[in-house]
Amino acid sequence: MLVYIIRRSMQSVVVLFVMSLLVFVGVYAIGNPIDILINPQADQIDRENAIAALGLDKPLWEQYLVFLKGALTGDLGKSFVHATSALGLILERMPATMELALSAMLIAVVLGIPLGLWAGLKPNGIAGRSIMGGSILGFSLPTFWVGLMLIMVFSVMLGWLPSNGRGPTSLLFGIFPVSFLSWEGITHLIMPATNLALFNLALLIRLTRSGAHEALQQDYVKFARAKGLTNRRVIGVHVLRNILIPIVTVIGLQFGALIGFAIVTESVFAWPGMGKLLIDSINLLDRPVIVSYLLVIVTLFIIINLAVDVLYSMLDPRVRLTDSKG
Amino acid sequence: MSTVLPGLPVSAADRGAQSPFRRIVSDFLANPVAVFGLGLLLLIVAIAIFAPLISPQNPYDLAQLDVMESKLPPGSAAPTGGTFWLGTDDQGRDMLSAIFYGLRISLMVGAASTVLALIIGLAMGLTAAYFGGKVETLIMRVVDIQLSFPAILIALILIAVLGQGIGKVIAALVTVQWAYYARTVRGAALVEKRKEYMEAARCLALSPARIVFRHLLPNCLPPMIVVATVQVAAAIALEATLSFLGLGLPITEPSLGLLIANGYQYLLSGKYWISFFPGVALLLTIVSINLVADQLRDVLNPRMQR
Repeated sequence: MLVYIIRRSMQSVVVLFVMSLLVFVGVYAIGNPIDILINPQADQIDRENAIAALGLDKPLWEQYLVFLKGALTGDLGKSFVHATSALGLILERMPATMELALSAMLIAVVLGIPLGLWAGLKPNGIAGRSIMGGSILGFSLPTFWVGLMLIMVFSVMLGWLPSNGRGPTSLLFGIFPVSFLSWEGITHLIMPATNLALFNLALLIRLTRSGAHEALQQDYVKFARAKGLTNRRVIGVHVLRNILIPIVTVIGLQFGALIGFAIVTESVFAWPGMGKLLIDSINLLDRPVIVSYLLVIVTLFIIINLAVDVLYSMLDPRVRLTDSKG
Repeated sequence: MSTVLPGLPVSAADRGAQSPFRRIVSDFLANPVAVFGLGLLLLIVAIAIFAPLISPQNPYDLAQLDVMESKLPPGSAAPTGGTFWLGTDDQGRDMLSAIFYGLRISLMVGAASTVLALIIGLAMGLTAAYFGGKVETLIMRVVDIQLSFPAILIALILIAVLGQGIGKVIAALVTVQWAYYARTVRGAALVEKRKEYMEAARCLALSPARIVFRHLLPNCLPPMIVVATVQVAAAIALEATLSFLGLGLPITEPSLGLLIANGYQYLLSGKYWISFFPGVALLLTIVSINLVADQLRDVLNPRMQR
């Protein structure tokens, strides 16, 4: 078990280095680094000074080492637009994106698993079929369009919910700024979180349903029923626990995808998170921020994937047991 | 004449009298929802192909547009005599025509990127499966790493690096998608590799190219067809998202995503039709493709093949 974790961690470090190399090559070697790092409005003398100061006249491998050193100390350049540390900008916005992504995941899990279970247990009833039909709709609907329609219905026509921005924030445990602790914060959070949750909701419904459908045909369910257990116990304890393992892995992996899709939702609802910053930076050609975003996201994904792998190996007794023998 | 009695199950021998293709078609048509999906899809494709012939107005022809006609609600009368069935957008374009042309662009980009990604993914996946060893490990590692990142992120970064334009959008879509095909075909090829006909082909000392193209590839195709169908829908949705964010196709060739983006600013003043109808068109396209793909997946399921 420990061997597995160490092995995966080392693989992750290798992947991290490879990704940093790719980012470096993409930005410094392919893109024009002079345009990227030096303010395009600088004049000739400033440019030459900056080139010498940034070491862009050194050989490529030396530049990579400098870049790596900067990355490890948290210095990824200054934003052209905001004139503050690019990495600082990203980290400042991370709590907002995390709040959105976690709320969306919560909605998807709390609604998706019960609905999928229901559809799996009664696949031929009206409820089962409509849940499945609804799930096809769920991952066919383009996220940004659903967001627009939500704004149109709930903000413009009904006037119930605010159409953009984030509510007032307060500090959770004294450190994390969150907005769901106030009612106004929740009204701002509900639409973007639901919008973001739709795709995962549909995915979880389908997964849970196929898992339940398969599990119900297994022998252990027959034996449990023969033993005289109530239906509620058979399903709630035995079936649920066995289908939860792949679902938990999918939830973990989809969390990374959620952070990616949050880019779109944040743009539609003007939610002040990392994703909106990325879109604005791409449009304004603020490249240090783009580079910082890339590195932060890559690190985040690698950590999430590693955590999911370890969690899976802990949950699935087959993996755990075969590993401890070897 | 086979002895098929109505109401009784058809034996394998009798079914074998039908060619596999006819069997697939008849299985597919057994589900009414899938038939509806297929019909809708064919209608949309027909609209896209014949758009120049059936649109009331050519939305790209600036001479025909009049900004005085902009932002009219659905059903308004057009000065040339017809009706703006779905209203006009902020430049005076008839929404119905803009949607027809937009469907054309969206479908073309989706199909082109899917076909290219399919070819590249097939090549990489088959190479990995056939040669095995280090080649396979390397290719599959790249596939795994790429698949662990969300598609939209990769596409966004590629567009940010490469710039905008229809070729670059297709390139970004292809880069995002090839990994799915590579992984699927490699899985299928690994299973097929163990079957006897592959051993027989090797015994006959056929060249590797011939074995791969004439024997391995055709038998790996069924799962690929399902993946490709789903991916067309995903490619169309991804292109629409990129265009909505302003990073996709140029304004001169508006796809559905761009039309929706145009309408975003008018949403809060109640002019919903500029965003609503292109979105419905996009939704219908994606839903019909997904319905067809769902049924295809059930029909081509190897457990049900004789």
